Amino acid sequence: MRAYIFRRLILMIPTLFLVTVMVFALIRFIPGNVIDLMMSEFAMVSVLAGAGEQVTEEFLKHSLGLDVPIHIQYGRWLGVIPPFDGVFQGNLGTSLWANEPVMWEIRSRLPVSFELGVVAIITALLLALPIGTYSAIRQDTLGDYGGRTVAILAISLPNFWVGTLVIVYASIYLHWAPSMEYLPLVRDPLGNLVQFVIPGIIMGMVLSGTTMRMTRTMMLEVLRQDYIRTAWSKGLRERTVILRHAMKNALIPVVSMIGLLIPIVIAGSVVIETIFALPGIGLLLITALRQRDYPYISAINLILACGVLVINLVVDLSYAWLDPRIQYR
Amino acid sequence: MTEEPREESTEVQEERKSRGLLADLFIRLIKEKPLGVVGAVIVLIVLLVAIFADFVAPYGMNEIHLWDRLGAPSAQYWLGTDNLGRCLFSRIVYGARISLYVGLGGSALTTMTAAFIGLISGFFGGKTDMSMQRFVDAWMCFPPLVIYLSVMSLLGPGLGQVILVLGLARGIRQSRVVRGAVIGIKENVYVEAARAIGASNTKILGRHILPNVMAPIITIFAVSCGYMILSEAMLSFLGFGIPPPTPSWGGMLSGSGRAYMYEAPWMALWPGVALASVVYGLNVLGDAVRDILDPRLRGGLGRYGRVKRKRPTK
Repeated sequence: MRAYIFRRLILMIPTLFLVTVMVFALIRFIPGNVIDLMMSEFAMVSVLAGAGEQVTEEFLKHSLGLDVPIHIQYGRWLGVIPPFDGVFQGNLGTSLWANEPVMWEIRSRLPVSFELGVVAIITALLLALPIGTYSAIRQDTLGDYGGRTVAILAISLPNFWVGTLVIVYASIYLHWAPSMEYLPLVRDPLGNLVQFVIPGIIMGMVLSGTTMRMTRTMMLEVLRQDYIRTAWSKGLRERTVILRHAMKNALIPVVSMIGLLIPIVIAGSVVIETIFALPGIGLLLITALRQRDYPYISAINLILACGVLVINLVVDLSYAWLDPRIQYR
Repeated sequence: MTEEPREESTEVQEERKSRGLLADLFIRLIKEKPLGVVGAVIVLIVLLVAIFADFVAPYGMNEIHLWDRLGAPSAQYWLGTDNLGRCLFSRIVYGARISLYVGLGGSALTTMTAAFIGLISGFFGGKTDMSMQRFVDAWMCFPPLVIYLSVMSLLGPGLGQVILVLGLARGIRQSRVVRGAVIGIKENVYVEAARAIGASNTKILGRHILPNVMAPIITIFAVSCGYMILSEAMLSFLGFGIPPPTPSWGGMLSGSGRAYMYEAPWMALWPGVALASVVYGLNVLGDAVRDILDPRLRGGLGRYGRVKRKRPTK
């Protein structure tokens, strides 16, 4: 097991390196006309603001670090060559608009996205696991058909549409609208939780639907195994057979699938945070994309990619730990 | 698959086999997968509507009737009108065209990218495989929608850009499926035999490997269509996909219309209904195709990828 963990960590290094190269390339290969576009946008803003200071093309290139050879740019950005102030030191760049380190804003917004993601995953699993299991143990009954319909609807209904419908129709017919003001967890724990539940459920829909189907299929397969027949013939109660003997084995592949879906759930935060006006990373990304604030875009991409990398590692390790049949070489 | 007479040349055999695969797929779909047929019917309807949009739509896609703005569904405007007085039904009909382009174009690009990377990486193995797979690994770390948005903001909105970004991005992810299938096949005796008689790598890949990995390749195409349409709608919804006034189902749910939806709730309803039914149809059709072609992948991920499984489901 230790050798497996070690090997897995070693394999992460080239991946991590390539991730940084890709993020770096993303902003470095900005088409030239975007620089011009930013120039005109800056010029307009500074005229509107009445600022005397005009942004020059050289200044813009300098602030993006585009005025030195490409490998030096990469080294500087990463923080491995002087002035040693890059990604490794926790400096992911400076916002082009707010003129402050992007990490300030990102750090204040990470908890919101994290909470939304956790709520989404928990509600999705709370719905998916019981319904999926029920569907399997009562195969081809009305309840099974109902469960399968819910699953396929959860997968097929676009989350941004459901979000829009909830906001529009709830305000027309129920005279209820989600709070457009963010309530921090420390100030108003209950209000905060209420605020996150509906967006969380909508964000977890895809995860919920796929987990439901996967749980059902896996349970059906496991329930046909010999050891389940043995458990029944020993006279064990249904509860024990299902929970202790069947589910434990059926859920192993489900765990790995949930890991694969986490990036999709994370990506959903962009849509959900936009619709429900939750000040998280996703909303920040959209704002940054609209303003062409490239340091933010690259920083968010880098952070999310590293997050996914870590989640993948955890899933792989937990998979190896859960399933003793897997040989870790 | 039917037995082929021995005298026939390999060319004829392969032609028969590839035709056999699709015909076989079609017959089994009707026989074994009633839900898949439902999906196929929905997809066919949308396909016809998209092709004959000019005849189906009662008004032009950007025809403005300012006197009838925010009108409720009526005999004149079946699904109502939007904030500029454009007929929603007509716009949804023309929107089907955009979805058709994105669905087919994006899936075709996905399939080609996945086949190209998967064949090369799986067939040559060794250092080629190792380096290509680390690249794919790194690519798969980026949450899909986030990377689509980031690249789209650099390229600017537009139909071509959407197809390019979605197709390439998903193709790189899906190449894993093809690679796995190739690795399973290249150890076969007939590949060794082909090499023994001096066939070039290109010939082995094209004539011996590719025909045998057609099942996963068709599956990738089938399950990608719905994903493409949904992703395009999401991008357009967020304002980074197809620019207005071109009617895209996602775009119709966002933008300037959002403020008017409280007055005209049908504006929020119908584009989504169209989108959801197409995605549903493509999902069940894609699942049915996958179940028939590749029983090992049965059971799980809907439109979002695949599950690694060791034993085939009974």
